[in-house]
Amino acid sequence: MQLTRAGFLVLLWLFVLAALRVVRSDLYAASGLRASGLPGFRRSEKSARGSKAPRQLVVTHGALTGTRISLDGRPILIGRADDSTLVLDDDFASTRHARLSMRGTDWYVEDLGSTNGTYLDRAKVTAPLRVPLGTPIRIGKTVIELRS
Amino acid sequence: MGSPVPAGEGSPGASVATNTSPGLKAPTRRGTELVMLSFAAGLVTLALILVELNQERSLSLRILYLGLAYLGLFACAHLAVRRWAPYADPAILPCVALLNGLGLVVIHRIDLALEGTVFLDGSTWDPVAFKQVIWTGIGLLMFAATLKFLPDHRMLARFGYTFGLVGLVALLLPGVLPGFIAPTINGAKIWLRIGPLSLQPGEFAKILLMVFFAAFLVSKRDLFTVAGRRFLGMDLPRARDLGPLFAAWGVTVAVMVLQKDLGSSLLFFGIVLVLLYIATERAAWVVLGLGLFAGGAVIAWKLFTHVQQRVANWQDPIARYDVIGGGYQISQSLFGLATGGIGGAGLGAGRPEMIPEANTDFITAVIGEELGFVGFAALLLVYMVFALRGLRGAISVRDSFGKLLGGGLAFAVCFQVFIVVGGVTKLIPMTGITAPFLSYGGSSLLANYILVALLLRISAAARAPQRIAKPKPQQPAIADQHTVMVERPK
Repeated sequence: MQLTRAGFLVLLWLFVLAALRVVRSDLYAASGLRASGLPGFRRSEKSARGSKAPRQLVVTHGALTGTRISLDGRPILIGRADDSTLVLDDDFASTRHARLSMRGTDWYVEDLGSTNGTYLDRAKVTAPLRVPLGTPIRIGKTVIELRS
Repeated sequence: MGSPVPAGEGSPGASVATNTSPGLKAPTRRGTELVMLSFAAGLVTLALILVELNQERSLSLRILYLGLAYLGLFACAHLAVRRWAPYADPAILPCVALLNGLGLVVIHRIDLALEGTVFLDGSTWDPVAFKQVIWTGIGLLMFAATLKFLPDHRMLARFGYTFGLVGLVALLLPGVLPGFIAPTINGAKIWLRIGPLSLQPGEFAKILLMVFFAAFLVSKRDLFTVAGRRFLGMDLPRARDLGPLFAAWGVTVAVMVLQKDLGSSLLFFGIVLVLLYIATERAAWVVLGLGLFAGGAVIAWKLFTHVQQRVANWQDPIARYDVIGGGYQISQSLFGLATGGIGGAGLGAGRPEMIPEANTDFITAVIGEELGFVGFAALLLVYMVFALRGLRGAISVRDSFGKLLGGGLAFAVCFQVFIVVGGVTKLIPMTGITAPFLSYGGSSLLANYILVALLLRISAAARAPQRIAKPKPQQPAIADQHTVMVERPK
């Protein structure tokens, strides 16, 4: 009888551990960072390439402050539309406000005909402009930048 | 769409819209969910076998069939998730399955203990485990229906104000209706009796009001972050923005006064505060709210005898053991927990019949007695994993409404567990609220299954591969377009 009692408790804890294992294996997949987003992996990847290519987009001001999107070469749409990559909830942003896209190894920002404009540092974006690392892009009340 | 979508593949709609390469396809992890569900079903069957053994009843194949039926029930829920929310979180449903299953076993175990008991009024104990099985079935149906008819959680935001009004009415209805429809049971007036059915509308109101508050805060967020005066290092909100907080406080007090339901009012106010905090990230709201609640609680304690009773029972339950409406319940629950100790008495070997209301408010005390500290801690961890996954979904979903709603739902379950376990273990005054998924009670189970479906929906939106929108063909600006002569219609 004692054996079954202890056995059940052990199994109960095994369930908890199994659930935590699922959580652990899932941790990076759900946050938008893929497995390559693990700190350990990233360092080795960077040293292999030896370049300072932008790897993520970070929101530094506005309601979404702290949001990160990892860059995988696909273009990033920014605006209030539901299907944007970065969905802004900002009265000063347009439905389709701006697009970041990669050409070669550089990222370019272009304005998609927004009402209030897109600013790269201080300059208004009228034609596609190259975005250097760490330069703020202002869209309405939101500020984003690229980081390696 | 005739058959469920196999593992590793998205729904057809999602796979068309995404253009990720096959190697990069996000895993759905439905297989993991199925394995964990089978594990949970195995544990529940084992628990049932242990109960029957310890109660010295004959073991038969019937138990295996019951276990298989249980697995089948959740396999159906699993198929519903595969079909309608293929990217949902894999850990949430197994946790719920384990909690609900253990709840069923414990309710059955209490039925066995109370079998043949004759109460003071001459009535005998009516077994409830079977009813709870039926409620579980209905709950899972509601779960599947919610997933099917709500393909996108953002649809809820559109009905925010409607939901808020319905929720408010549902919350306050039992308090104002006459006694023959809304009877007072165990001192609380929170039930609606329609024919043979008893409903607790407050359980559903909880979800409706959360949807309303999330939608409301998303549309009016800027208002709440306007800084007012600075005080003690906190930015206090402006006085005119305090309206919603006072309204929530008023509703809380009304619930406390009209329905004598301390648990619901505490739960409701806690949810409002946490949603405000998530939306604004400002501690000032929490401090203000807690201040308001403390003030309200002190006034309620001065004015109402039932609040005074609860507090006195909490301070020293043993001294009030023999008083009517005194510390008997909490004392018995503490005795039970003490008997259980570290390792527990073993499933089916405790004395749950000694604790009143063992299958609803005090079910965690029975579990603490039979599984001991070790088992009880594991159970709390299962709740923790559930809430953790809910919050994870809320963090990674991309729209503000989903973030607020997901955070609120996950917190609500956590807070409810805190209120009931805190009451049973004499950390806070006992307030009479159900333990989510464990306690006997149809309304609570149904509402919580809808809550789980919403959480899965939000986590599915967060984990699904992001759709790449095709950029709209750019039209030349209106000034550059050439003009066309149009004939005036004759």
